Amino acid sequence: MAYNCVVLVKQVPDTKRITGEAMNEDGTVNRGALPAIFNPEDLNALELALDIKDKFGGTVTAMTMGLPSASAVLRESLYRGADDAVLVTDRRCAASDTLATSYILSCAVRKLKCDILLCGRQAIDGDTAQVGPQIAEKLGLPQITYVEDLIDISDGAITVRRGLGNGWQEVKAKLPVVLTVLDEANEPRVCAGKRLMKYKKALSPAEIQAMGKDTDIDTDAYSKELEEKGLLIKQWDLDFLEADMQWCGRDGSPTKVHRIQSVVLAAKGSKDVEATTEGITAMVHDLIEENTIA
Amino acid sequence: MIEVNKAGEVWVFAEQHSGRLEDTPIELLSKGRELADQLGVKLAAILLGNGIDDMPDRLGHYGADKVYVAEHPLLEHYQANSYTKVIYDLIHKHKPQVVLFGATPCGRDLAPRIASAAKAGLTADCTDLQIGRHEIKKTGQVYDNLLFQIRPAFGGNIIATIINYDRWPQMATVREGVMPMPEANGTRKAVIVKETAHISSEDLPLEIIGQHIEEKKVNLKGARIIVAGGAGVGSKDNFKTLWDLAHCLGASLGATRAAVDLGFVDHDHQIGQTGTTVRPSLYIAAGISGAVQHISGMSDSQKIIAINNDPNAPIFKIANYRILGDLKEVLPKMISAIKEKV
Ligand SMILES: Cc1cc2nc3c(=O)[nH]c(=O)nc-3n(C[C@H](O)[C@H](O)[C@H](O)COP(=O)(O)OP(=O)(O)OC[C@H]3O[C@@H](n4cnc5c(N)ncnc54)[C@H](O)[C@@H]3O)c2cc1C
Repeated sequence: MAYNCVVLVKQVPDTKRITGEAMNEDGTVNRGALPAIFNPEDLNALELALDIKDKFGGTVTAMTMGLPSASAVLRESLYRGADDAVLVTDRRCAASDTLATSYILSCAVRKLKCDILLCGRQAIDGDTAQVGPQIAEKLGLPQITYVEDLIDISDGAITVRRGLGNGWQEVKAKLPVVLTVLDEANEPRVCAGKRLMKYKKALSPAEIQAMGKDTDIDTDAYSKELEEKGLLIKQWDLDFLEADMQWCGRDGSPTKVHRIQSVVLAAKGSKDVEATTEGITAMVHDLIEENTIA
Repeated sequence: MIEVNKAGEVWVFAEQHSGRLEDTPIELLSKGRELADQLGVKLAAILLGNGIDDMPDRLGHYGADKVYVAEHPLLEHYQANSYTKVIYDLIHKHKPQVVLFGATPCGRDLAPRIASAAKAGLTADCTDLQIGRHEIKKTGQVYDNLLFQIRPAFGGNIIATIINYDRWPQMATVREGVMPMPEANGTRKAVIVKETAHISSEDLPLEIIGQHIEEKKVNLKGARIIVAGGAGVGSKDNFKTLWDLAHCLGASLGATRAAVDLGFVDHDHQIGQTGTTVRPSLYIAAGISGAVQHISGMSDSQKIIAINNDPNAPIFKIANYRILGDLKEVLPKMISAIKEKV
């Protein structure tokens, strides 16, 4: 029995590597100064899909919503073993919150055959963990969040183990199903050399267009050439998805940003304590006096 | 989709498993009480389950004016689909303006599914909630009495205040431990409103085959004093001095992620964004640099003592007592000073 897996992946700024340069003076983040990376837990979701394909057969399609530059994470998915890649891109997607994003992605997933839809538990730029369950709701599918291990797929049902922080749960659900995957689930495989050589030439139509602006390349002919070689990344816009615009972008996003502040560190009343026996004894004395230490 | 209505109640999802009420709804009731009073509306808890015993009364003791109770054999064990359906129906019927969930694995599984069904906005992992006003600069339009949903973003490097003004309910999940536990008041009584759950076995798509929940071995959330160590402690062996200090103070032991990753202590002890959030009376930070991800989990401590040999360590910015020195010398001095006095 073979399964069609669709993996939702996201390109994110590497928030783990935020340094002084990445912060503007007003406390906002200068996204441009941060390297763009494959969202870490989406790599675990991709690995789980590839593992399912290795064990049971089937296909793995990587899909992302973002700017044309997000094609980079699709190429990386292809290097690692994905069979197909879809870029959902449209100016009208801009300013989408998780609700609008999940609506748009659910429209896109409907265009594919999908038995198992996988995503990382959360993306490190927002850490919301909302898009997976919201897509599941929009598609009317059951969700299994926090997957940390695949146990079995048989008779049209999947069994997995979910991590609960303070324990685990083993659950079974009929396919189709939505899974969100934890980083504990697996160790993502490295990019295969041969696939890298082949797919590093893969491009999305939007990227080819951009190339056309800088060089005198014949974009139509080049697109055709890539398509024939299986190197043209599929690109869908909101018209193709037949998305209802009232649920997309800014209009489709109920949450708005009121304010962004930098993290200000300050203590109310503070003093230096000498690292000597006298200094420390005096501090301990103070703390006992005021009942902080009983 | 619910229209904006200023008379809507403030709701708290009363998460319970196997008849045991979690801490988070109780923490949320203290914040919810504040918000409801400011808005001049009722505070209600939403309780789903099968055999709910004295839980509605307890929710009343902790501040709920009302408890909406949906009992059904199929609600015995939490599942996203069944709980979404019942809570979505309740939201439609009663039109609350605010709905709060704990940012527990269950709350983070459930809240987005409900938000999607209700086509409502949802903010994850809030560390504070306030009532405030928002003005759209371009049009001059002003919205009063909105829920400010305040959370760290971008890996904890910024604090964002999120609002929703044109579609309700305003929904948020709130980090565990960031709101103080209220005192129970045994004389407070909540009105109990029985609701019918319209669900069938089709709303239970998951078969729960097995489950294992570990009792928390480390009590950090309730600790009055915490002695915490970081990478600067240097070794598992050196951590013994911290255990000693904790022992003579009757304190719990905390740690940074770096100390956990280095194998000095178990993950149960980790404090911060990906660990436990704590608010003790006294927090002693030894060999901790003070990364935002750590500070976000302990900056509400009433008093902070920082021991570090780097005068520029960010932890000193939030410390009430700054001890510049080698922890290997400072900690033994603290232990003897305490042993002498106490
Ligand atoms: C997504 C994400 C989530 C995270 N979540 C958490 C979290 O929940 N909790 C957490 O703690 N971290 C978390 N981190 C990690 C965090 O960014 C820091 O790396 C970590 O907190 C640093 O721990 P530390 O202070 O022990 O180590 P370091 O930063 O290495 O600091 C060690 C300190 O010890 C001092 N020192 C060294 N020797 C001595 C001595 N002999 N005497 C006195 N002082 C000495 C040094 O001056 C230094 O300040 C997270 C990171 C990311 C990216």
